[in-house]
Amino acid sequence: MQRTLSLRAGILSLALLALILLGWQVAVSGSARTEVMDPEYAALMGQTATTGKSAMPGPLDVGATIWKHLKDPFYDRGPNDKGIGVQLAYSIGRVALGYGLAVLVAIPVGFLIGMSPLMSRALDPYIQILKPVSPLAWMPLALYTIKDSSLSAIFVIFICSVWPMLINTVFGVAGTRKEWLNVARTLEVSPIRRAFTVILPAAAPTILTGMRISIGIAWLVIVAAEMLVGGTGIGYFVWNEWNNLSITNVITSILVIGLVGMVLDQLLARAQRLVTFPE
Amino acid sequence: MSKLLPFARRAGRSAPATAEAGTSRMSTSEKFISIEGIARRYPAPGGTTTTIFENLWLPMRRGEFVCMIGHSGCGKTTVLNILAGLDTPSEGVVIVDGQAITGTSLDRAVIFQGHALLPWRSVLGNVAYAVSSRWRKAGRAEIEARARRAIATVGLAGSEHKRPSELSGGMKQRVGIARALAIEPKILLMDEPFSALDALTRGTLQDEVRRICVETGQTVFMITHDVDEAIYLADRIVLMTNGPEAKVAEIVENPLPKARDRTQLHHAPGYYALRNHLIDFLVTRSRTLRDAMPEGYDSRHPPTVRPSLSEADAAAIAAEPPAKRA
Repeated sequence: MQRTLSLRAGILSLALLALILLGWQVAVSGSARTEVMDPEYAALMGQTATTGKSAMPGPLDVGATIWKHLKDPFYDRGPNDKGIGVQLAYSIGRVALGYGLAVLVAIPVGFLIGMSPLMSRALDPYIQILKPVSPLAWMPLALYTIKDSSLSAIFVIFICSVWPMLINTVFGVAGTRKEWLNVARTLEVSPIRRAFTVILPAAAPTILTGMRISIGIAWLVIVAAEMLVGGTGIGYFVWNEWNNLSITNVITSILVIGLVGMVLDQLLARAQRLVTFPE
Repeated sequence: MSKLLPFARRAGRSAPATAEAGTSRMSTSEKFISIEGIARRYPAPGGTTTTIFENLWLPMRRGEFVCMIGHSGCGKTTVLNILAGLDTPSEGVVIVDGQAITGTSLDRAVIFQGHALLPWRSVLGNVAYAVSSRWRKAGRAEIEARARRAIATVGLAGSEHKRPSELSGGMKQRVGIARALAIEPKILLMDEPFSALDALTRGTLQDEVRRICVETGQTVFMITHDVDEAIYLADRIVLMTNGPEAKVAEIVENPLPKARDRTQLHHAPGYYALRNHLIDFLVTRSRTLRDAMPEGYDSRHPPTVRPSLSEADAAAIAAEPPAKRA
């Protein structure tokens, strides 16, 4: 039953894909009315006006572009012509750095806040105010203080990833069952050992949920941040290709961004399954 | 019919039916645990304080199995938590083995009502966690050997690598018992350990606990709601009046022989006398005694009671050969 269900779902997915691609192809291949005009003016107007061809690329054009990128993802021919793999590597690197820093800060700080009701209450207003701020609003402040656009992008990733992890760590740590803590107390377990053997495993599923939310936000934000700071990265690549009016490359980037985001999410989902315990 | 007097003197076997007012006191050297005048108060709304209990005195001998019975809200769990060191009394001290307790200790193991197993650890992992906390410098092999031995004691050999979620309620509580026994505590504290189990499982686990405690001479303090459980397991049964401001109304000595068979318990001489006494207490006297303690009540030396045997009981004991009575 389970198997036939996934089989049927797979077939339906493929059918939908075929339908979308077909609709897309039909939508862009229809030729509009053409006008007779001065050849020099026609050259300025582009193919839409002269031959009736749609400016939107069709699935076949995009397919060809994807194939081109896949064949050679890592070339580097100067600042404005890097392979999509190189751009992705820059973006992933920034996310890894900013996110990694956020993990290093959010989890220990969340532990301290979660274990102390006083700190929890005292710091709550700050967290509540800073959490809803769009990470891009930090960008000018970061550029002004750090004076380096690439580091500023990393800082923005850090600041947007830190809140969900911090809040979930606090929540998970504070929610450790009293009876488990009492077990540790009656066994005279030292505070450090208690933190690692009781509180951490008890809070791990909640912490991982926060980490999963954070990686999603970080990957959303990196594209926007790189559009602003420029230079390298998949966000810059999208904006650059928009300036080039290369819609095929923009569509390719959208697919690639989605794929990488999915992979990142799945990695953390797998980690989450590892630490989740049935009760 | 047995006629029960509330304050019967601890009666010798030769004169089972005598009933006289009085108390039997434990000598200082006999006291292994001594609860001395403890109180627990909580702040109540309106700036006042609620006293759960105060001036509570209770001595226990080494190797004794003491059950505490009382209605909800009389502070039984608080007393146990204070003994465990998980809670501190507002007044008074608890002395164990000549020393006032200041917190939790590996000498006092707790079996929690809700088993409190760590769900991310296996059965072996849970017990080994306790063992490695007790013997911090012990090698991995020794820890595992001790843990396996404790698991085998409670009859769970073969389930070492199961997770708590894969176990039934009774098996989980067995692991809880194994974890407590594995650290070889001086005192075992049990907070209604079997209340969440079905009657059949509860019975088997009571047998196991009784066997283990008799074999090892374990000192046990246990809280229960179950009169039959107290009769089967306890040497002495502490009766608490209703809270707040609960008191130790009396300490009932269990007249049943130490060698007990659960299936034959209700045929034992004195069983019904004891059972009726306890039920009467829970039904009426726990309430009336709270309102007015009898004259001469000394909370420092709560009266000790040994329910007097009925004439039929006495005759049964007299008919029995003396060798069997031990």
